Amino acid sequence: MAELTYRAAVAAGIAQEMERDPNVVLIGEDVGAAGGVFKLTEGLLERFGPERVRDTPISEQAIVGAAMGAAMTGLRPVAELMFSDFFAVAWDMVANQIAKTRYMTDGQVSLPLVLRTANGAGLRFGAQHSQSIENWAMAIPGLKVVAPATPADVVGLMAAAIRDPDPVIFCEHKALFAVKGEVPDGEHVVPLGQAAVVREGSDATIVALAAMVPRAREAAERLAADHGISAEVIDLRCLVPLDAHTILASVSKTSRLFTVEENPRLCGWGAEIVSLVADEGFYSLDAPIVRITTPHIPLPSAAALEDLALPTVERIVETVRRRLDEAR
Amino acid sequence: MASAPPQIDRETQLRMYRIMVDCRTFEERAQELFFEGLVRGTTHLGIGQEAVAAGVAAAMRNDDYTFCTYRGHNHTLARGVPMAPIFAELFGRATGLMGGKGGSMHLTSVKHGAMGSYAIVGAHLPIALGAAWSAQYRKSGQVAVCFFGDGTTNIGAFHEALNMAAVWKAPVVFFCENNQYMEYTPIREVTAVEHPAADRAAAYGLDSILVDGNDVEVVHRVAKTAIDRARAGDGPSLIEAVTYRHGGHSRADPGKYRPDDEVAAWKARDPVPAYRQQLLAQGVGETELEAIDGDAREAVAAAEAEARPAPEPAADVLETQVWTDGGSAWRN
Ligand SMILES: Cc1ncc(C[n+]2csc(CCOP(=O)(O)OP(=O)(O)O)c2C)c(N)n1
Ligand SMILES: [Mg+2]
Repeated sequence: MAELTYRAAVAAGIAQEMERDPNVVLIGEDVGAAGGVFKLTEGLLERFGPERVRDTPISEQAIVGAAMGAAMTGLRPVAELMFSDFFAVAWDMVANQIAKTRYMTDGQVSLPLVLRTANGAGLRFGAQHSQSIENWAMAIPGLKVVAPATPADVVGLMAAAIRDPDPVIFCEHKALFAVKGEVPDGEHVVPLGQAAVVREGSDATIVALAAMVPRAREAAERLAADHGISAEVIDLRCLVPLDAHTILASVSKTSRLFTVEENPRLCGWGAEIVSLVADEGFYSLDAPIVRITTPHIPLPSAAALEDLALPTVERIVETVRRRLDEAR
Repeated sequence: MASAPPQIDRETQLRMYRIMVDCRTFEERAQELFFEGLVRGTTHLGIGQEAVAAGVAAAMRNDDYTFCTYRGHNHTLARGVPMAPIFAELFGRATGLMGGKGGSMHLTSVKHGAMGSYAIVGAHLPIALGAAWSAQYRKSGQVAVCFFGDGTTNIGAFHEALNMAAVWKAPVVFFCENNQYMEYTPIREVTAVEHPAADRAAAYGLDSILVDGNDVEVVHRVAKTAIDRARAGDGPSLIEAVTYRHGGHSRADPGKYRPDDEVAAWKARDPVPAYRQQLLAQGVGETELEAIDGDAREAVAAAEAEARPAPEPAADVLETQVWTDGGSAWRN
């Protein structure tokens, strides 16, 4: 076991795969000589050389399009979009081209590529540099969507994403970059589509993703300590493929479901989970399901406002406690 | 004085003529079948632009990559993709080139190097650049050729791809078929320069190349030079070939926004009969050309006969081939 930051885990995860497969290449703005604007790709140029680690111009369509063209002809490109908000600039490539080409060609084309991106809020960057775009990707058939919450998962899910034969949107959460955690020694791979039960509990299920996972965990600790409520916390890890089994199994045990979503309210991934549980887990529920999200607003920049917008530990604790009180 | 261009060998000449005639015969029938209701959805014909498809294809290696647009029947045929599965795809049949999942605008046959027909203007320029980058990385010696229209020179993806290809010295040939119109608007009315592609080349450190797109031999020579250059590691080219589509933009568009005398002048420069005359003048026998014309008619008729009775796609393919495992599961 080695202790790594989430930030260092990104480079470690990519390096593990570049070491293993010479067809893995990395492109993006400032990813090479500069090591990434968030230092996520530090050392990779030195280690793997300029043929495999390439700096690009500020051309999001060309970055994503080139990754697609390379993937359809034998490479396994990893392309970085500096901020996930910039997916909007390359959305044709993502939604119309990459996601649909395998289906439209009836399987003639495979696109083993990863689009990595700094996602999410918490750094006071304002509305155009803080969004959670995993829901955008989840809405498009043909894309897999991954959002790790821990350094170990960054490495393990990165490996699975790069090895996956299909396109993967890999969301690296900005607010977690400095978080430290143990990463197993040797080759580490976490299969896509397996949620993790990160805390066991019996009174309520809290489903979270990425930066909301540590908040949900802390909320669960406080619920136990201060209110005698035993909450189970599930880290979804992937939105597509979605581990419905783990969610349904947990709800059948706890009978109460909460989602903690960083995204604005409408069409957040939690709505899909709620719909799934309403369909397939309804009879195990003892209380209405509650989604904890940001309001349906663009994200503000000021610390006080951003903190108010995102689900906090306090908001999670209060919401769960109140709902359970009502049901008693 | 410029030296005479090198003679193109007879085999290549006849091959180019055959491609042009195959394309013309196929598309004329496709249009009839559209009006008959057998071809569904939409079609974008390249009638009048065959010299580009034929001249370039004859300069490509078998393992080179073609990227084209929704106006892509000719470019797909030119790579040797058989007619029957193309017709079947246009008819929405199970035996279609993409099993009925793509349609006229997305013809693809990877095993022929036909890497797709793209229907969002400009998208395939970066994608072709990516395939070229991959060939460069794999040192495979392959070249990517990317066809697009004049209207495509005004979208961002064009400029992003040109710049990045030039910086990376990618083995890609960007080939603008300037048929002088977007859908309905003349390109000159919306473009800051006279030659929409050629006048932009300098911005990417490339030579400005403007040729007659209705002369298949001119197209072939310029394409061969660019492809050889790319293969040798000397980077991308941007070529503008001026041409004209005889019909409308798509489907039933009669193209009435174009002056009659302009249409007539370009039809008088129809590349297919023009090349026929040229070959006859060079001593190719009438019977040899007639045989090629006859082969095309037969091939189109046979392809149609094969595609017509083919079944419609079965319901069980609806949810296949989203993922490489063949399925579309999004959950366990
Ligand atoms: C991004 C985008 N905008 C608009 C369209 C609609 N559209 C389809 S073809 C076309 C004209 C394209 O003109 P040009 O590039 O000259 O190609 P041509 O059709 O003449 O071959 C337009 C506007 C589209 N498919 N994609
Ligand atoms: Mg045009």
